[in-house]
Amino acid sequence: MIFLTLGTQLPFDRLVEAVDNAVDGLDEEIFGQIGKSGYKPKNMQVTDYMTPREFNDRFAAARVIVAHAGIGSILSGFNAGKPLVIMARRAELGEHRNDHQLATVAQMQRIPGIHVAETTEDLRRYFADPDLLAMSAGETPERTRLIGNLRKEIFG
Amino acid sequence: MQLAPAFEGSDVTFASTDAGQAENYDFERFIALKDYNQNEKLKMLAGLAETFGVIRRLRPDVVISTGAAPGLLCLLWGRVMGARTIWVDSIANSQEMSLSGRLAPKFCHVVLTQWEHLATESDGRVQHWGSVL
Repeated sequence: MIFLTLGTQLPFDRLVEAVDNAVDGLDEEIFGQIGKSGYKPKNMQVTDYMTPREFNDRFAAARVIVAHAGIGSILSGFNAGKPLVIMARRAELGEHRNDHQLATVAQMQRIPGIHVAETTEDLRRYFADPDLLAMSAGETPERTRLIGNLRKEIFG
Repeated sequence: MQLAPAFEGSDVTFASTDAGQAENYDFERFIALKDYNQNEKLKMLAGLAETFGVIRRLRPDVVISTGAAPGLLCLLWGRVMGARTIWVDSIANSQEMSLSGRLAPKFCHVVLTQWEHLATESDGRVQHWGSVL
């Protein structure tokens, strides 16, 4: 199952439409939690809101997670050890108040298991890969460094 | 609490404004704090008293916080009472440090951002030691 999650704050029609087009003809269940989207998807099942329990169940069951480039989504993908496909919201398209998600994407694409998408073709390529790399649940070099430095500071 | 592995082996008290968080972690003790922000002056005064009581009772060796205002006040009292004080700005703050995070260098021993470019832009009081991702 491919799980698209956008949170509830702001619509992100560009990503919903790109996913909807990318999964056309794909033989896999697609589920989207898309908030108040102006675009009405044709190729997937969607809801605007989920309870935390429903969300966790979908998240755990998914093969691939698709999300906006928000830190909450990225931490969830990391904790679950899933492949995470992210697209940055852009202020010029009215998708967010500012372009901080572009900065987030620039920093985050170094992390194994995070796959940055700009277009429908990017998404189609990621979805078609049965071995799409997952995030390594719980460890990155940056995290090991931070925890190690804090332990040194705390324990001397 | 992505930082929990950093405290393993020590005697930890976890204070949060979100009591629901207590269930998610396996720390020895949990303390619920009132929530407020820096615009709520009266609540902040009450928070000053609340965090003073907590820190005086616990007498911690180390106080570490990711914010926000209640965590900053715990650090303030921790510093006054001789603790090592560490601010770790949330990874969500990729454009600039949080408001509390910008006050933290005034009295904390260690102030960290999880974004390298924010440490570079600062005057040296803010360091980058890695990030949770």
